[in-house]
Amino acid sequence: MNRAAPPPPSAARPPRFWDTTSFRAAAVATLALAVSAILVVAFVTRSTNDAMSRATIEALDREGAALNRIYAQGKLDQLTRAIQERIAAGDMHLYRLTDATQRVVAGNLHESPALPAESSGGGTFRYNPQTEGAAAPSRLAAARVFSLANGLTLIVGRDIEQQRSYLAATNRTLGIGIALLALVGLAAGVLLSRHILKRVDAMTAASRSIMAGNLTQRLPRTGTDDELDRLATSLNTMLDRIELLMAGMKEVSDNIAHDLKTPLNRLRNRAEAALADQRGSPAWRAGLEHAIEDADELMKTFNALLLIARLEAGAIDDTMGPVEVAAMVEDLAELYEPAAEEAGLGLTWHNAARAPVHVRANRQLLGQAIANLIENAIKYAAPANGMPLMGTPSAVAVSLALADDHVEITVADRGPGIAEEDRERAIRRFVRLEASRTKPGTGLGLSLVAAVARLHDGMLRLEDNKPGLRAVLSLPMMAAAAGGDAADSEPQQKKDERAWQKARAN
Amino acid sequence: MRVLVIEDNRETAQFVQRGLREASHVAEIAEDGEVGLELARAGGYDVLIVDRMLPLRDGLSLIQMLRAEGDRTPVLILSAMSHVDDRVKGLRAGGDDYLTKPFALAELIARVEVLARRRQPEEQATRYVVGDLVLDRLTHKVTRGSESIILQPREFRLLEYLMRNAGQVVTRTMLLENVWDYHFDPQTNVIDVHISRLRGKIDRNFDRPLLHTVRGAGYMMRDGGE
Repeated sequence: MNRAAPPPPSAARPPRFWDTTSFRAAAVATLALAVSAILVVAFVTRSTNDAMSRATIEALDREGAALNRIYAQGKLDQLTRAIQERIAAGDMHLYRLTDATQRVVAGNLHESPALPAESSGGGTFRYNPQTEGAAAPSRLAAARVFSLANGLTLIVGRDIEQQRSYLAATNRTLGIGIALLALVGLAAGVLLSRHILKRVDAMTAASRSIMAGNLTQRLPRTGTDDELDRLATSLNTMLDRIELLMAGMKEVSDNIAHDLKTPLNRLRNRAEAALADQRGSPAWRAGLEHAIEDADELMKTFNALLLIARLEAGAIDDTMGPVEVAAMVEDLAELYEPAAEEAGLGLTWHNAARAPVHVRANRQLLGQAIANLIENAIKYAAPANGMPLMGTPSAVAVSLALADDHVEITVADRGPGIAEEDRERAIRRFVRLEASRTKPGTGLGLSLVAAVARLHDGMLRLEDNKPGLRAVLSLPMMAAAAGGDAADSEPQQKKDERAWQKARAN
Repeated sequence: MRVLVIEDNRETAQFVQRGLREASHVAEIAEDGEVGLELARAGGYDVLIVDRMLPLRDGLSLIQMLRAEGDRTPVLILSAMSHVDDRVKGLRAGGDDYLTKPFALAELIARVEVLARRRQPEEQATRYVVGDLVLDRLTHKVTRGSESIILQPREFRLLEYLMRNAGQVVTRTMLLENVWDYHFDPQTNVIDVHISRLRGKIDRNFDRPLLHTVRGAGYMMRDGGE
């Protein structure tokens, strides 16, 4: 709603690194890398596992065939001896020889392994190794089942716990590796975006300062001629051009002001000189007096326009100092109180601040802004015939209140007010709303107030007073410690010197 | 009173000169900063009217030069610029008053006269007297004849300023500047209303008015006359 003071682009929340393009790019790249690493690892693990399993199965088949040959050549005794010898040799093989009645004839595998399906000829299972005493944790094994003659069944197995744990260890290692990769990738992204963010922040700060009217400022460059530098360079070139145009504009408007004011001045002087001659008829004199009034009105409009233009250019920084605003508003309320009464209005003043309130301001400009608000209220809220309407105490209420670190100066009236959709327009230059066209004035009152508010880092809000208009001028307060003469720390001599140089430049 | 007008715009300079002559003062013109400085150095003027923008030497530098040499002649600065900080700069440079073009002749003359009078060693009067109206600056009491008059603090300051410049025309802007310390042009008749309130207190119940309205110019405290 408020054109007077749009909030700065990202005042609400400073940009964080995870909001940056560079961080997102780094994050996406890291993610892609991690996914492909996981795929490669999964593939390698699977192939390794397959190859190892195949080798195990082949070895088991060979072992089974060898034992079968021994049984075929000799007798059961030889087979059992061969099995016992192999077990004694202490290799990783597991054996279980059962006869047709399922009785274990030989072997170190005492329990019948839970193989997935007898018919498949083998598979993996868990078993408990037979160590003396303590029960060890179960281990994984692979086995093949062979049917020998005379109803004998031989199961030849091999412990593959080691293979499994090796694979698990490999997987774990690779997992940690991938996690580290992602971490390093994201950290790089954060650092990169921090770095870029810092530069972008510097550019943002510079452009804010430029927006605030410091047109000589330029965006910082690092000299590396990277894309940000190139962007800064072209923006700086654009700023050079804008500065040139602005300087031209200012010169033109100063010239116009001078060129138009001089003849206007002359016109006024001539009329005044003519009035000094007492011989004229009353009608002539009245005409001349009106001409002078019109010239003055023109000049006022002119000065207000030039002033707004200067304020918007933000060119009056060196006249700012601490101002006690509560006393000032009280002063102005007192100044206008008789005029309000004359217009048939009461003027009340209420100060909600307990202590003096300091703002950094140009006293004259701030005074004029507040005076404009009060004049506006008197002008628009005054009853038509100069007498208060029956039973409706028309009043202009001037008040001051504190809101956080801002001071709010409110001028409220009981006049017709401004419709919500028109409030934004009312602040613009020369806009006088239809209803008020018949009233005198330059149409610059509220836009001047808004410009003064902006210059002081504050804002002008127009609200509904139900009925009437509430104009709220909100200004940042000075920190309590800086309430003294902090703003005047610059030596007077230096100030004078600068003022003098500026004056010479004019 | 002798006034030096340092102004390069011939028309403005002559307009001012004519106006001052009609008010029975002597006015001389210098058309550039160097000539102006030379004439001012020669002395003998009661007031200098100095334009800010002058050929050869600008107005502020001229004033600074004079002040550096110990010249205390009152200076009224004229400026076409209504820059907010121009007034501050002008007064810092050593000017005593500041007037933005265009100005009403009455305004200029009122200011020049007040400046010239102030030059005479300011008698640190503790009392101002106009007719039978007495203002005591120490006790903050105001009496007219035998009657005591109660004034608000601001009304007191307003009357004090008017009485200090008794016999001189005081304009509305001069009052706003000196009594309220504001330099902008109010749109409404704010000052007139304050004056009429003051008048109600000091003049209403008395035969002879002391606070007069000077048409087209301002106000004047004066005993006698019409």
